[in-house]
Parts: sequence; C-alpha cells; structure tokens
Amino acid sequence: MNQVAVIDYGMGNLHSVAKAIEHVGAELASESGQATKVIITSDPARIAAADRVVFPGVGAIRDCMAEINRLDVGAMVASAMKTKPVLAICVGMQALMAHSEENGGVDCLGLLSGRVKFFGEVLRDENDARLKVPHMGWNRVAHTSDHPLWRGVPDNSRFYFVHSYYVTMDETDQVAGRSVYGREIVAAISAGNIFATQFHPEKSQNAGLTLLRNFLTWNGASD
Amino acid sequence: MALAKRIIPCLDCDRGRVVKGVQFVDIRDAGDPVEVSRRYGEAGADEITFLDITASHEDRATTVDTVRAIAGQVFIPLTVGGGIRTLEDIRTMLNAGADKVSINTAAVQNPEFVRESAERFGSQCIVVAVDAKRVSAEDEPLRWEIFTHGGRKPTGLEVIEWVRRMVSYGAGEILLTSMDRDGTKIGFDLELNRAVSEAVNVPIIASGGVGNLDHLADGVLLGAADAVLAASIFHFGEYTIREAKAHMASRGIEVRLD
Repeated sequence: MNQVAVIDYGMGNLHSVAKAIEHVGAELASESGQATKVIITSDPARIAAADRVVFPGVGAIRDCMAEINRLDVGAMVASAMKTKPVLAICVGMQALMAHSEENGGVDCLGLLSGRVKFFGEVLRDENDARLKVPHMGWNRVAHTSDHPLWRGVPDNSRFYFVHSYYVTMDETDQVAGRSVYGREIVAAISAGNIFATQFHPEKSQNAGLTLLRNFLTWNGASD
Repeated sequence: MALAKRIIPCLDCDRGRVVKGVQFVDIRDAGDPVEVSRRYGEAGADEITFLDITASHEDRATTVDTVRAIAGQVFIPLTVGGGIRTLEDIRTMLNAGADKVSINTAAVQNPEFVRESAERFGSQCIVVAVDAKRVSAEDEPLRWEIFTHGGRKPTGLEVIEWVRRMVSYGAGEILLTSMDRDGTKIGFDLELNRAVSEAVNVPIIASGGVGNLDHLADGVLLGAADAVLAASIFHFGEYTIREAKAHMASRGIEVRLD
C-alpha cells in the first residue's frame, strides 16, 4: 500500500488534489497491482507514517502561514523531506521559501532559499502587450532539469497556473522548470526529496496527471 | 510563448441534469453533467463552468453531489455559479471540489459580499458574473447597465464602474455576459468586452452570442477577452473543442493544443 498524506491546514480545496491522486493511483493499481491510499490530515503521526506527502495551498500567504504555524506544519514538512518524497503545490511551494512580499510581507518556512515577489500592477510581455494579474490559465513549462517527475511530460507542456506572486530562487540549480509571464518565473523546484510546482498538476489534465503519477512511483532524491 | 487563451464550455444544470440538451454523437447520457464534463476535459476544454439553475433551495443538495462527482473525474479547473449567496455556500462548493465560484445577483444585492468572499477564500476563486445590457441610444456614447433576473430587471448600475468596483473588492476574474447577445448566435458584444477588459487588470471571460468559430476568435482579437465561454455550439456538436482551438490558432491566437 502506497500511502499519500495530503496535509490539511484548513486552507482551500484539498478535494481536487486528493481525487487526482486517487485517479492516477487507480490507474497504477490496475497496471502494477500497487494500490494507493490518500489521506487528508493534519495529524503529525499520520503524516510521519505516510509514504509520500503532499503540501498544497491556495489563498493568501498570511492566512496560510498563520495556520501552518498554528498547526506546526513546518515541522511536519521538514521532517518528511528528510526521509520521503514531498510534493508542494502553488502556495505550498511559496510557503517553503524564506519570505513573501504578499500581505505587506510575511515570513515563510525558509526550508528553501528563495523569495516570493509580486508580479506588479503593470506587467507587459516581450511585445509590450499588457498582461493581466493574476497569471491565470495554461502556460508552458520548460524543463531545466531531467527529473523523474517530468518522465512522459513533453518539454514545454502547458500547465494550469493561478497566482499573483512568483518565486525567485537563490540556488538556481534547484530550479526544475521555468515559465515566462512578463518575466521568467520558477515553475517547478527540485531539492532532494522535495518537488514543488507553482502550477496545479491536479488541474492540468494529462500533463498534470502524468506528473502526479510519476510522484507516486518516485522514491525521492536517491531515485 | 505565452499564456493560452482559454475555451470554456458552460453547462446549465437543473437538479443535477444538464438542460438545453447536449447532443454529442456518441455519449451515453447527454443529461449527465459528470459524463459531459469528463468528455469536455478529455476533448481539450481549458475549464468547465457549471451553472446551477435549480430553482428550489431543497434541490440544491443535488448540486453539491454533482459538483463533487465532477471534481472527482475532471482534472481541469471547475467554476460553479448560480445561487451563491453566502460564505457558507462558497465553502460548500470549494469543499465539494469547485476551484472557483461565480457570484452574480448576490454581488448586486450586497457588494460587500464580494469583499468578504475574497478576503476569506482568496481572489483566485472569486469570479463576479456580470449580465450587461446596452442602454445608450444610437447617437449617444456607448453605455451598458447591469441587469439581473435573466436580463429582465435593471439595476441602474453602470457596467464599467461596477466592474472596477468589483475588482477593487477582490474579484479575481469577470464573467461578462451580454444579455443583448445571449442566445442570438450573432457573436459577442465586442465593444462591451473590450471596454471592460481595458478597464480592469483581471482576466475577462466573454460570454453570450457565440454562433461560430470566428466569433470565438473575434472575442479574443477584437474583444480583448482572456477566455471565451460557449454552450450550444459545443453541446450540439456543431464544433468540437479541438476544431475551435485549431481555428483560433489559425488566426494567430495562442491556445493549448497539447
């Protein structure tokens, strides 16, 4: 049994990511016999016992960090990332950074050395056309590393994004994928047992489902 | 390399059944919103909008079950609209698996509701639906007003000013329907769409009047829409999502084809 714990800290829609993982888990089970069980929990013991951990997040970072700190989710993620695969999604990825500009400035978990910045009120593309903020919709992601989670995902596939703040990394060798929206942004991160995405794989149809499926068979940094 | 313009099929549902009929050639149950949504997802739709037109409050429990079932099988964003009036309604729909909710009448009746919703759940999941009707005379500058009750009830609210206010309250996206064009199949009100799109910095979904694929492309190229919503041209099998995307791409629009 492959047990996946989705960390529930009371922010937003965990149903979608749980359902998407169950969906690809059922496909894997019919091919390999390996069953997947998804649990949605904030119980540190259950997260510690799981084989894989998903750290999701939607909404404003201040509210997310308040709940993350209240439930000590940072300790759960920090502990999980030492021993097993962790997938952080959207605000979950941003929460791993040191600091976010959102909500007047919010300290984040600092588990990775990067920062979260605002796209700005005025954003333009290379042809000087105005770009709306939030960055909402399907954008291309260029692979910048050859990671097991990209297996079967064509380079420059489109994934679904929705965010107004973007991540910049100090350690560029941790960047696994990049996108362009007015500027270059970090779309995916690979750091040891952590894989993080700014986009929503659970909302990205085939490309996203392939990535989630790869996560279920990825054994972490040593893979 | 840019963000793709989105194509969004819209399902009108009454007590858990698709109304206005969907006529795919080879679908088992054209009234089942779950099957219809799944098919659209596989066919390359970029999002699904589920509009609940169930009249009675008691029957709305069915809607939540339907949303849950769709979210379990459809792995593209799902917006749910119709009868969203309280923070509890929003929480219920998000917990059932909706990614966004669309607020229409409740925003007109109580604009602060939009502010509270965005503060509580984040702008990314708050869509404000605007039903607009042209009210200017032939020789006057263009002017549109918000109407409710399916375009029957005027509110006196001017559209551009209203949309700016909704965005300042935290609306993350605007679903803009021309009540003059809805159901006509003669194309979007492009002047309305462009005026709204230029007035605010959030994405605009154009709706109302699509009868052919050029209308979709015009919505983007002339109406400055970020996404285009249509129902009947897809439901009745006149065009597939892929045909629509291929046509938009042929007119130079970035779409998601992979």
